[in-house]
Amino acid sequence: MTETLLDIEDLSVHFPTRRKLFVAVNKANLAVEPGEIHGLVGESGAGKSTIGAAVMGLLERPGHIAEGTVSFKGEHINGRDADGMRALRGAKISMIFQDPLTSLNPLLTVGQQLVETIQFHLKLSDADSKKRAIELLDRVGIPMPDERINQYPHQFSGGMRQRVVIALALCSEPDVIIADEPTTALDVSIQAQILELIKELARERQTGVVLITHDMGVIADTTDKVTVMYQGEVVESGTTEQVLGAPAHEYTKSLIAAVPRPTLKVHRFPQLSYGGRQIAFHIDDLARNWDRPEPTKSGTLLKVDGLTKTFLQSGSLIPSRRKYFTAVDKVSFDIREGEVFGIVGESGSGKSTVARMIATLYQTNGGKIFFDEDEITQLKTAKDLESYRRQIQMIFQDPFSSLNPRMRVDEIIAEPVKHHKLLEGDAIQHRVDELLERVGLGSEAGRKYPHEFSGGQRQRISIARALATQPRFLICDEPTSALDVSIQAQILNILKDLQEHLGLTMLFISHDLPVVRQMCDRVGVMRQGQMVEVADTETLFASPKEAYTRELLSLMPKLEGLSTEGLEDEIV
Amino acid sequence: MSDQSSTAPQSRLAKALDSDFVYSFRRSPVAVVSFIVVMLLVLSAVFAPLIAPHDPFDPGSLDLMNGFTAPMAPNDFTGDVFWLGTDDQGRDVFSTILYGMRVSLFVGLAAVSFAMVLGITLGLVAGYVGGWVETLIMRAADVQLTFPSILVAMLIFGIAKGVIPIQHHDQMAIWVLIIAIGLSDWVQFARVVRGATLVEKDKEYVQAARMMGRGRGIIMLRHILPNVLSPVLVIATISLALAIIAEATLSFLGVGAPPTQPSLGTLIRIGQDFLFSGEWWIILFPSATLLALALSVNLLGDWLRDALNPRLQ
Amino acid sequence: MLTYVLKRVLQSALVLLVVGLVAFSMFQFVGDPIDNMLGQERTDADIARLRTELGLDQPFPVQYYKFLENAVQGDFGVSYRQGRPVAEILVERAPATLELAAVSGFLAISIGIGLGVLTAIRKDGFLANAIMSLSLIGVSLPTFLIGILLIYLFSVELGWLPAFGRGDVVHIGWWSTGLLTGSGLKAIILPAITLGLYQMTLIMRLVRSEMLEVLRQDYVRFARARGLKDRTVNFRHALKNTLVPVITVTGLQLGSIIAFAIITETVFQWPGVGLLFINAVQFVDIPVMAAYLMLISVMFVGINLIVDLLYFAIDPRLRTDGKGAH
Repeated sequence: MTETLLDIEDLSVHFPTRRKLFVAVNKANLAVEPGEIHGLVGESGAGKSTIGAAVMGLLERPGHIAEGTVSFKGEHINGRDADGMRALRGAKISMIFQDPLTSLNPLLTVGQQLVETIQFHLKLSDADSKKRAIELLDRVGIPMPDERINQYPHQFSGGMRQRVVIALALCSEPDVIIADEPTTALDVSIQAQILELIKELARERQTGVVLITHDMGVIADTTDKVTVMYQGEVVESGTTEQVLGAPAHEYTKSLIAAVPRPTLKVHRFPQLSYGGRQIAFHIDDLARNWDRPEPTKSGTLLKVDGLTKTFLQSGSLIPSRRKYFTAVDKVSFDIREGEVFGIVGESGSGKSTVARMIATLYQTNGGKIFFDEDEITQLKTAKDLESYRRQIQMIFQDPFSSLNPRMRVDEIIAEPVKHHKLLEGDAIQHRVDELLERVGLGSEAGRKYPHEFSGGQRQRISIARALATQPRFLICDEPTSALDVSIQAQILNILKDLQEHLGLTMLFISHDLPVVRQMCDRVGVMRQGQMVEVADTETLFASPKEAYTRELLSLMPKLEGLSTEGLEDEIV
Repeated sequence: MSDQSSTAPQSRLAKALDSDFVYSFRRSPVAVVSFIVVMLLVLSAVFAPLIAPHDPFDPGSLDLMNGFTAPMAPNDFTGDVFWLGTDDQGRDVFSTILYGMRVSLFVGLAAVSFAMVLGITLGLVAGYVGGWVETLIMRAADVQLTFPSILVAMLIFGIAKGVIPIQHHDQMAIWVLIIAIGLSDWVQFARVVRGATLVEKDKEYVQAARMMGRGRGIIMLRHILPNVLSPVLVIATISLALAIIAEATLSFLGVGAPPTQPSLGTLIRIGQDFLFSGEWWIILFPSATLLALALSVNLLGDWLRDALNPRLQ
Repeated sequence: MLTYVLKRVLQSALVLLVVGLVAFSMFQFVGDPIDNMLGQERTDADIARLRTELGLDQPFPVQYYKFLENAVQGDFGVSYRQGRPVAEILVERAPATLELAAVSGFLAISIGIGLGVLTAIRKDGFLANAIMSLSLIGVSLPTFLIGILLIYLFSVELGWLPAFGRGDVVHIGWWSTGLLTGSGLKAIILPAITLGLYQMTLIMRLVRSEMLEVLRQDYVRFARARGLKDRTVNFRHALKNTLVPVITVTGLQLGSIIAFAIITETVFQWPGVGLLFINAVQFVDIPVMAAYLMLISVMFVGINLIVDLLYFAIDPRLRTDGKGAH
């Protein structure tokens, strides 16, 4: 029988605000044993990060622990004064933050930061501290630690920095580590390595880890136990296998049902039955008034041939000394009318740059783009491009920045209609009201400003704006990567409806392979500006040809233990 | 946690009054008091001809016998009583302050408006257009920033004095002041607006507008400008206090408002001569008014900065 | 590293050229030097002769080059008002201003940074709030009023300190200093406080807001989460990062101390270049104005260069030229 390391009992955290008392965490319970990785999962606003901050005593005012206890090895630690807290914080309980780019002091070398922490906690001499620091860097997998210890954080890549952050958290030989979204800012291949490191450390040192995340894949692959939170409350807790495989609570069930699976394709994500966040989308009404254009003769709507984009890396007055960086290198592909074409790749692969060139946001440095047989790359003036621009629309990644915060929603949706002079007078407002009704927000939403809506609702406004000109081609640039998984399911369903019922052709950019599998008919894999492989989605997932594609697929969380409850009727 | 704002429809005014902005204003006694002081001073300056008991610039109403009357005490010769006393020429200090404040406020407001329009335009263009246009504007700003505004203003004043024929000096002095202070102050606006524009221009709503084929002008005016204005408001308020102080300083140094159109600074300059001979009121009251004006505007600006800073909310 | 410094030096030279152009244009467009130099009784022959002599018949760029050439050698022509070479007057006056600026600059930086850190760390403390409120009064009080107030209090009412002048000075070579005599030291107290107070409040407020910003950063929160002492976090982690942006503004502030000295010198009748300049503006004495402008800009450019180099010393991100990443 091992002693419980961290025991949280009936913890409530309150944030009094002007209008009401905001209960961020309500009577939460959580226990962590030595060597155990305990996942804390939930969507935004669930209160999972607040628990981490409460344990560390890092709650930002006016937030405070209103009731409950946090115990470390049977000893109460909340309510201690600052010094008592400090004896534990860092020494016995460490924390890893989300963003490795901002977690390290840019003006001190990693060695200085490590040595300072080691000396403070372990009271070692300078030389011993440095030796220990090098050992730690070596342990977290940083090559040539005795050299790199003298470098500054900006000389490390994102993944390496997160390793340094972990080394810092290990300085005091803590018993518990709280990791708050430790891999969210990282690419999938690096994410896998960091999670593997955390697993090894937990096993080897018998450290208890609280892993806070929104990502079911991370939970499934890494944790031993999991606690699910919804709006400040713990709804379910148990072994990972049990919670993910046979969820008991309705919320957990609907959350798991909304997770895109890499191994199976669903027709539509099931309607969520918990929380009342489902909003209707009236595709049939929309389809009835939709003017479909003549289909193209060849069946290919968009053709990209040898597309290239270079960016100036370091400028110079002398042209020959300028350095360029090739973001997109001779990329070619076709998109057939009515299909969803996906491009996947890690950050820096050039996938978004391709989308931007097609969207006329970037000039090309070579290659051609054809749309319905017209060569777009030849059109120079705004007037020539007008008709093309009306037929393509884009849905952006960040629903919080894709709508002008100072414009009313109806003005936002009306802008493309007015700009392209599609309608006049009252007909414009009529079109706007109709679109808002169809996307499920209701026409009265037009009188409000974007900040009055949630992320999912904003993405619906973006969709309404994109549909306002009755386009033929939709570019979706990571349209759901900033959204919670349940909202993502809704938006993906809407996009599928648009393709199916309106015959829209789509270019779907994503880093998320399971999502791509759900959405796309064909996929292109990009790496460092080049198109590695293009294939039918099912073929690509079943038998990838290229080594890089295989590697990407192997890193993808398999999610095989997840319950398929509610999906039965939708599996394709 | 509900983001559905399904509350009963509110009128625009009710909504505005209920906003966090107005709430934080009402909760801050400092903001409320300084707002009232500013309004009081501005109104009394605007309506100076109605409020002032004397017209200090009408030689007919002046009586040299009334010179150096102490506040609230009857004059030895005429028996007239003046609230805040009189100066050497028998002018009522209260009236000269009201009229002086008009000049100070007018110069301050006009100079800040001038600097604001110039700075916003150049900052917006520099930030959005980029390239050599940006380099040119921002280098010019850098060069100017190396020179303190008061020095730039003095130089402009000196040059104007050399260029404008001597008989027009007094007449032009106010306008020269406005241009001098305004020109010395545009850089701040330009830098802040450029910085905010650089942030906004990469946001996706601007890309959405560009994709639509919207022209540069429309994107700058309709999309970016409204989103970069809140820091401008803060700077404008603080600049107003600075401009009022700068005007007073220049006038004090004798390179500002002429004696025929005295501002608060000119009054203090005149009063300084009498401080050591015991007529303290001639300098004290204009100085106190200047301080009250600058302080309340600064307090308002300070509050505004905190209220509009989203990170602090 | 070398390219960075070289680039900065080039930029500084460019700034000086532009300022030189402004100064030169003043000669060209403001007033007619012939008018100023010749009396009422002049003939066309005189004018023509003087034109050639002064090189006014040469094309603009040639004249500008001549002007720069002379300026570099310290020749700014003759003051219209005093009839003496401007350079001579400047050398005579400069020590007074530089001493005043140095003393008040030192006061402003040391007290400003100290109070800024204090008010940031004890954000909601009584003392911090009191200092912040006082500082707003400091920003709202024009320098000349502070000077008058101090004179009234310490000279007129209390009679402790002199109201004007520099006191006795000691000559060391061409430099004259008031810092070595009792009366000189007494005389510099009030002007130095007057001049430094405004800069001090500005620096303090800037340090405070930058420090509060830094204290919110993840790496500071992470340092706290590692259990490090508050003192280590505040001074080792936060203060150094605060200083990076503060240095630029402080550099500019130091520069403006010399310009703001104009006001202080007027109030205290301090015999420095500021007083000289304000008289020159009133009498449109262009050579003095131009020379002052050039002198000030050389100083600013020098300070900016030092600031840039300091940046280099503090911020490792600048030193590595972007290599080594990844």
